[in-house]
Amino acid sequence: MRIYIPLDSAAVALGADEVASSIAAYANASGMDVDIVRNGSHGMVWLEPLVEIETDGVRRAFGPVTPAHVPALMAGKMECLGTVAELPFFARQTRLTFARCGVIDPLCLDDYVAHGGLSGLKSALAMTAAAMVETVMASGLRGRGGAGFPTGIKWETVRTAHAPRKYIVCNADEGDSGTFADRMLIEGDPFSLIEGMVIAGLAVGATRGYVYLRSEYPVAIRVLREAIETARTGGLLGDDILGSGHAFDIEVRVGAGAYVCGEETALLNSLEGKRGTVRAKPPLPALSGFMGQPTVVNNVISLATIPVIFEKGATHYAAFGIGRSTGTVTLQLAGNIRYGGLFEAGFGMTIDEAVNDIGGGTASGHPVKAVQVGGPLGAYLRPDQFDTKLGYEELDQAGGLIGHAGITVFDDRADMGALARFAMEFCAIESCGKCTPCRIGAVRGTETVDRILDGDAAAVGLLEDLCETMRDGSLCALGGFTPFPVLSALNGWPEDFGLPRREVAP
Amino acid sequence: MTDIIIPWDDIDYGTPKHDGTPVALTIDGIEIRVPTGTSVMRAAMEAGLKIPKLCATDSVEAFGSCRLCVVEIDGRRGTPASCTTPVAEGMIVRTQSAKVQKIRRGVMELYISDHPLDCLTCSANGDCELQDMAGMVGLRDVRYTAGENHFDEAADWRPVDESNPYFTYDPSKCIVCSRCVRACEEVQGTFALTIEGRGFDSRVSAGTSLDDFLSSDCVSCGACVAACPTATLQEKSVRDLGTPTRSVVTTCAYCGVGCSFKAELNGDQMVRMVPHKDGRANRGHSCVKGRFAYGYAEHSDRITRPMIRDAINDPWREVSWNEALGFAASRLMGLQATHGKNAIGVITSSRCTNEETYLVQKLTRAVFGNNNTDTCARVCHSPTGYGLGQAFGTSAGTQDFDSVEQTDVAIVIGANPTDGHPVFASRLRKRLRQGARLIVVDPRRIDLLQTPHMGEAHHLPLKPGTNVAVVTALAHVIVTEGLYDENFIRTRCDRDAFEAYRDFVSDPRHSPEATALLTCVHAGDLRAAARAFATGGNGAIYYGLGVTEHSQGSTTVMAIANLAMLTGNIGRSGVGVNPLRGQNNVQGACDMGSFPHELPGYRHVKNADVRAVFEAAWGVEIDPEPGLRIPNMLDAAVAGRFKGIYIQGEDILQSDPDTKHVAAGLAAMDCVIVHDLFLNETANYAHVFLPGSTFLEKDGTFTNAERRINRVRRVMAPKAGYADWEVTQLLANACGATWNYTHPSQIMDEIAATTPSFSGVTYALLDAKNSIQWPCNEDHREGTPIMHVDGFVRGKGRFIVTEYVPTDEKTGPRFPLLLTTGRILSQYNVGAQTRRTANTVWHNEDVLEIHPHDAETRGITEGDHVRLASRAGETTLRATLTERVSPGVVYTTFHHPDTQANVVTTDHSDWATNCPEYKVTAVQVALSNGPSTWQTDYRFQAAQSRRIHEAGE
Repeated sequence: MRIYIPLDSAAVALGADEVASSIAAYANASGMDVDIVRNGSHGMVWLEPLVEIETDGVRRAFGPVTPAHVPALMAGKMECLGTVAELPFFARQTRLTFARCGVIDPLCLDDYVAHGGLSGLKSALAMTAAAMVETVMASGLRGRGGAGFPTGIKWETVRTAHAPRKYIVCNADEGDSGTFADRMLIEGDPFSLIEGMVIAGLAVGATRGYVYLRSEYPVAIRVLREAIETARTGGLLGDDILGSGHAFDIEVRVGAGAYVCGEETALLNSLEGKRGTVRAKPPLPALSGFMGQPTVVNNVISLATIPVIFEKGATHYAAFGIGRSTGTVTLQLAGNIRYGGLFEAGFGMTIDEAVNDIGGGTASGHPVKAVQVGGPLGAYLRPDQFDTKLGYEELDQAGGLIGHAGITVFDDRADMGALARFAMEFCAIESCGKCTPCRIGAVRGTETVDRILDGDAAAVGLLEDLCETMRDGSLCALGGFTPFPVLSALNGWPEDFGLPRREVAP
Repeated sequence: MTDIIIPWDDIDYGTPKHDGTPVALTIDGIEIRVPTGTSVMRAAMEAGLKIPKLCATDSVEAFGSCRLCVVEIDGRRGTPASCTTPVAEGMIVRTQSAKVQKIRRGVMELYISDHPLDCLTCSANGDCELQDMAGMVGLRDVRYTAGENHFDEAADWRPVDESNPYFTYDPSKCIVCSRCVRACEEVQGTFALTIEGRGFDSRVSAGTSLDDFLSSDCVSCGACVAACPTATLQEKSVRDLGTPTRSVVTTCAYCGVGCSFKAELNGDQMVRMVPHKDGRANRGHSCVKGRFAYGYAEHSDRITRPMIRDAINDPWREVSWNEALGFAASRLMGLQATHGKNAIGVITSSRCTNEETYLVQKLTRAVFGNNNTDTCARVCHSPTGYGLGQAFGTSAGTQDFDSVEQTDVAIVIGANPTDGHPVFASRLRKRLRQGARLIVVDPRRIDLLQTPHMGEAHHLPLKPGTNVAVVTALAHVIVTEGLYDENFIRTRCDRDAFEAYRDFVSDPRHSPEATALLTCVHAGDLRAAARAFATGGNGAIYYGLGVTEHSQGSTTVMAIANLAMLTGNIGRSGVGVNPLRGQNNVQGACDMGSFPHELPGYRHVKNADVRAVFEAAWGVEIDPEPGLRIPNMLDAAVAGRFKGIYIQGEDILQSDPDTKHVAAGLAAMDCVIVHDLFLNETANYAHVFLPGSTFLEKDGTFTNAERRINRVRRVMAPKAGYADWEVTQLLANACGATWNYTHPSQIMDEIAATTPSFSGVTYALLDAKNSIQWPCNEDHREGTPIMHVDGFVRGKGRFIVTEYVPTDEKTGPRFPLLLTTGRILSQYNVGAQTRRTANTVWHNEDVLEIHPHDAETRGITEGDHVRLASRAGETTLRATLTERVSPGVVYTTFHHPDTQANVVTTDHSDWATNCPEYKVTAVQVALSNGPSTWQTDYRFQAAQSRRIHEAGE
């Protein structure tokens, strides 16, 4: 009997480790022959720890499981959820990037290969570097970290740059509140990230990759390091990748807790051992990145999506989505939501579908008041904006951003004034301190929101001017996007600031 | 002539200059062409359009943090910072749209919301870029209420850091532009500063959080202070004296780098020295000495009235200039009458101007009628003059300092640039950070080897005294491994000489393996260094007194010349043989005929045609016999044949080797005339003291290590009434001459008229061109930055066989250690100036560096008083334990007369030039209770000798 218990941090936080040891103890005591596999999460956090028992080739799901459930579970007396694939939340998804996450043993290369792993790399190895970049361009893949820059164009810049060395840097400093896709992918299917980075290296001519992984993700750090070791042993990394004669290797570097180090240039500084401050662009990292050499800096999800594009073809991938937002979006539903978790589907569903239909509304049962899309720098959207489709341009037009595709839900008890203040405070705490609009602006912003909340309505104009200065003057997106949650809260819920309701454009 | 404010380019263009192909763009409707790589900000500045800025300054790369310089560019999103945006062909830029103006006001409102509004009482009032920018962007209102800030003592405030003697750090005024941090990194290369904390808590921090500026790695070069746009880093002198209102461009009087400075004043009161951006040697940089250590000029020890005495144990008597000069002249003339015309002579100063030096040697040649002139270059770089003259045909370095920007591999041998030539060291370090490789040949692990962010470095820690063997072994590797530049040698060098040299160095006895036991240099390391130099691209050799001050000093200089020719590293930018001159005007003093055998321009006095030139100009007959060198003068004095001397601006008692011998020589003379700022050690043996003038008090020129003739401009009136050149003229006239120079420019005209390599030099040209590198003549009207471009001055370069002859100074059971001497950053030479400044906070005594092994076997611990003894004498000082020196080697400085390191050094000297062997002395070190007998006696005698008769006594 094979039993799957997630090692995923969310599952562990909900007791997966205790469940695993209870099951092991139970099996040991009762002489049962069980093979426990610590898999990734299927992304349905409200069901974690979600345990699957495989008999006769069928994986039946149970959850949430607590140690108290173990005797019943093992005795076949616990209520079964059916198979994961049959669960409505899962059945509605289009799993491309996360196809193997939760399914396989994340640290078993054979299991990875058995589920389609390495077929992307193998087809890439048959191509020229230019053709590889062309494939990525044709897929329409855009940066999943938030900026949405076409990945293929970035790769082409690095590919055509002349330099003694080039690098692939994976941005796994997933600091946005309410987001967890990077972590879940690394914990559940690390080889897809490794494979994606290898393909990137082949495509641009880099032989060295770094994963900048935040220290707050100890499980992901452990899993990825073990997976890299296994990949080296298995010939996926090293001097002769899959016998191709090409070399590539990866090193994991752990961050030190600075949100701003998720900004690519601050990340590069930190990776070089310097203070994590933002660099002015130009020069672009694609031309002068890590150690001054041409560098691809891509998000985990962007890179982990590369194998499936090469496996199934750019056309297949590009067939999903809407407009210039092709492929799938890996939504992370969080906050006050009934069915929270990771939901992968083609771009184009509306916020309403995501929040109310898929997410089932708030966990508290209260009405939804607002959602914040794209992390702490995303705009707060009102329910009357929920028909906005999830796509890069579509959210931009609604005054928001899709960012890393996290959606955080608030119910009607949320104080939008306090949340606006929090946005400024967050910026003040996390500012690297390099540029003036962010360094001083965020502090003055917090104080000015306080003035408004204390009844000084005259300070509204000052706050708006400040937001303009920060938006147009900041060096990076931290200072530049902080005005989005602030102004969207101010304009959407003036009553929470003690101000009269006013007509505002979305 | 009057003090002039030179209208050279003083604009801050915001970002550094680039050299690319021209690009045309339009800024605010003005079309301009600038090189590719230029920033939009600089392009605008060059078009005469000022863009507001705070974090940008053209000494460091663009940073993009202040966000004041945002502009709009057609076809581009947003408002890019003009400092970090490079120009592009056809770009259309608008610097003054309503949008960018609003951003700038918004940013400035933020700045001012965290700034103390004490402008009227601020030390940077009127000299503050924040103030200027607030005006420029039109900020009229700060709407933020007082919140979190850095200026209110109740809030997140920190006190002013007063620890550095010359400048303050006031965190409350800091706008966190990082200009100081970047200047420390990019310009100085020390990396002492950083920003600590993040966000609003970001603060400039020197060293760690436990440090203040003084305890940090800060070397007080002043680059951060110069870069600071506010009063955050501010000279204490400006705080105390107010903002300067006028400035005079002049040349630093410390080391041979020859940095240009703006002396900034109120009236005739010096407020500060600011490195001049247009200075070709320093390119806007400075060190702690030139930037801050000028206080000696106003020190109470300055003697400003002439003094005389009959005997050296009498107290001094202050007298009028007339009486002093009459006394001196009658004694000198009397001595000549009694003991012959060769009984007197002069010592010229490498500290004084070319014009003054020229007059002093003219005094002995034209007035005294002999060639008894020598100079302190005798004891430092005389082997350079001889060795390079033999090999190349000119007695000077081959490059300009800018050349280092093209160097790929640098050999530094017997030099410690970070201490001795700090501004050059910073320029070299910048190149090392860009990837150039470094080879250091030095017994000590000098700081250059610890250059942050430097690539590969080789250190060959040789035993003192084995330079020749090491350099010859380098050549051996290059020749035997076939790495030499055959084409260069064939076309540029004397073939027969090369073949003889090739056969010589190929001999296995010169291999690194064969010489390793002697030199203590690992053969593999030496081979690697030789290969790196021969194959690493542009190779430049920089050397200092660690090469020359040996009994084989001239041989090593020639070995270095061989090495440069062997690898084809002569005649273009990035290469060459570069002596790092010790004093400000060593080069000039040598050029000006200070040596007893040479008339100005290195022409032997035995040549009748050369004498004829000067005989015609001076209207006298010149003695064809070379005169006495300093050591010979002293020997002759002890022997009773040399009786009188005029010493301008040199303290031979402290700086020359074997102090006891110098003292005996001086004591044997009947008329010692010391012309100096202070009652120096030599003055203890003087009969006449003529007060000198500082470099701030006179006009003239200094010639630096790159042959650059820099103008020295009078900033204030001479405290004693006369500039040094005037005093020499008065003395000459008192001795019967009829000189009537009224300005140093007339002296330069005479030099130009008589000396071919200076024939094109005039003050008008120097003022117009900022500075000129000699040769400056009909062929090179604007001077010669790089020499031997198309051929060597002597025709074919000459390889010289460099047999290694070890010094007679040998270690043995009684004196088992080797002493070598040098300088420290904060002090200069004998310390006459720097000891009279606040630089003593860094170094107030000479200490002996000793390896822990050698210390342990002698029971010596850190800070112990030790006795340092040689065959010549002994002294005491405190020991410091360091692995910077190898076992068997000890090291000290010679900045303090109380230490008298030269009591210990011997009278061995270079075989060709008599340059003393300061760098190798066999010594023993032992624990000691206190000062040596010599030190005690000397202190008493010095105190006695410095007594001055009070009026009415």
